[in-house]
Amino acid sequence: MSAPVFPEGFGTRKRRSQMLAFAIFRILSITVVLILFLILGFIIYKGAGVLSWDFLTKAPSDGMTSGGIFPAIVGTLLLMLGSAVVAFPVGIMSGIYMNEYASRTGRLVRFIRLMTNNLSGVPSIVFGLFGMALFVKYLGFGDSILAGSLTLGLLSLPLVIRTTEEALKDIPDGIREGSLALGATKLQTIWKVVLPMGMPRIITGLILSLGRVSGETAPILFTCAAYFFPQLPTSIFDQCMALPYHLYVISTSGTDIEAQEPIAFGTALVLVIIVLIINLLAGLLRKYFEKKLKVK
Amino acid sequence: MEKIEAKDVNFYYGDFHALKGITMEIPQNRVVAFIGPSGCGKSTFLRLFNRMNDLIPGARLEGQILIDGNDIYSPGVRVDELRKNVGMVFQRPNPFPKSIFENVAYGLRVNGIKDRKFIAQRVEESLRGAALWNEVKDKLNASAYALSGGQQQRLCIARAMAVAPSVLLMDEPASALDPISTAKVEELICELRSQVTIVIVTHNMQQASRVSDKTAFFYMGEMVEYDDTKTIFTNPRQLATQNYITGRFG
Repeated sequence: MSAPVFPEGFGTRKRRSQMLAFAIFRILSITVVLILFLILGFIIYKGAGVLSWDFLTKAPSDGMTSGGIFPAIVGTLLLMLGSAVVAFPVGIMSGIYMNEYASRTGRLVRFIRLMTNNLSGVPSIVFGLFGMALFVKYLGFGDSILAGSLTLGLLSLPLVIRTTEEALKDIPDGIREGSLALGATKLQTIWKVVLPMGMPRIITGLILSLGRVSGETAPILFTCAAYFFPQLPTSIFDQCMALPYHLYVISTSGTDIEAQEPIAFGTALVLVIIVLIINLLAGLLRKYFEKKLKVK
Repeated sequence: MEKIEAKDVNFYYGDFHALKGITMEIPQNRVVAFIGPSGCGKSTFLRLFNRMNDLIPGARLEGQILIDGNDIYSPGVRVDELRKNVGMVFQRPNPFPKSIFENVAYGLRVNGIKDRKFIAQRVEESLRGAALWNEVKDKLNASAYALSGGQQQRLCIARAMAVAPSVLLMDEPASALDPISTAKVEELICELRSQVTIVIVTHNMQQASRVSDKTAFFYMGEMVEYDDTKTIFTNPRQLATQNYITGRFG
């Protein structure tokens, strides 16, 4: 028998360092989950007590020390819808343009990409300031759902553009060529093959942007959000309340901050639940579009 | 009768001179094979016939390519109409993430055909024509991705034939397939020859000799020799051709 290539016990150190590394990875990822649950649990613990039908369906009352948050829920939903109307068509079409029409490595596309990247790094309060200057003042929309939606739409635009572009970039060119070679036009190819294939991922990007919009406070601070507006808005030129801003207001000012604390946590809980529901919806939509694509 | 004519074709990718002064004629309802080492320009040349190279930025063509006597690069030509008439099968099977039925129906639909009965009939004919019908007739609604690689490639052939092209371009259609699937594709080529003019690019010299009537040998962007397949493989005029087919290089 020939001498062993590796001396006795050679693997022990390797194994030990491998086990150590795995242990560290495992502990760290468990910690992250724990922290998430801690935050969620804390909000539920503090906020679940005020949750009631009245809390969800009534306006604040008694100097915002009691009553519900209905107008803020409606306002947040309206702003999400408004920003979606602004950002989704523009963002998706820009993404399509950048990946399908413009030369992907051309100067124009590189410039647009640079700009959208920069745009996504701009602090949201700056968007708020810009929205105020342009939509509220210059275009004369006033503090309104319209101005708020436009501002939030601008804020989510980079994310929508990027995810659309990334989703389309991953679709192999062979598929496009296959379609074109059958006499399909470029538009038909995009509409019937490319977009459906990119849809699951695009949807995810859209929903992520909605989630972000629902939680933003700074952009609506000067453009839309009302401190107290108990009646529901009747037009897009009305102001509205919104959950994140309400949360801010109720925990920093008002008539009785102590008494308002449970309401603040209740508001936070509702906001979190809305985001969770949206994410769930995103999963379902994604599944639906994946199912429509016959890949299995 | 000549189906395709290339007249002094030069093609450039930016500064790279990919095709050098190629003139050739491809007769109707024949199978013509393009052979040559990788990078010799045979695929590039093939893709000129349905203007697939239009998609490449910085590419430039000189000379003329005529199909049925018409210059396919003249300004009035609609590329989608041209491609309906000049079908293509690619190296890698590229079915759409749709059902088997919809894959074949796709070309009809994008060309404005709505009659469901006609589409269903055409889909069946095309799948039969591609010798795939018996294997898929009970699962037309299943995903095309559920098929094997060889079946997918025959599906792509059916898909191309569904719009009734008069020319079928095949870019190494069997290079990603196993021997049995390859044999089926080759059989198919022989059967389709009565309906279409087929131009096939291949790395496989046995394949070229088995399926084609005429063979063109390309080297470094030039067409070195073009003749009846039998002549090319038994009695080539050029030394380079002989060296290539006997495996001395390439």
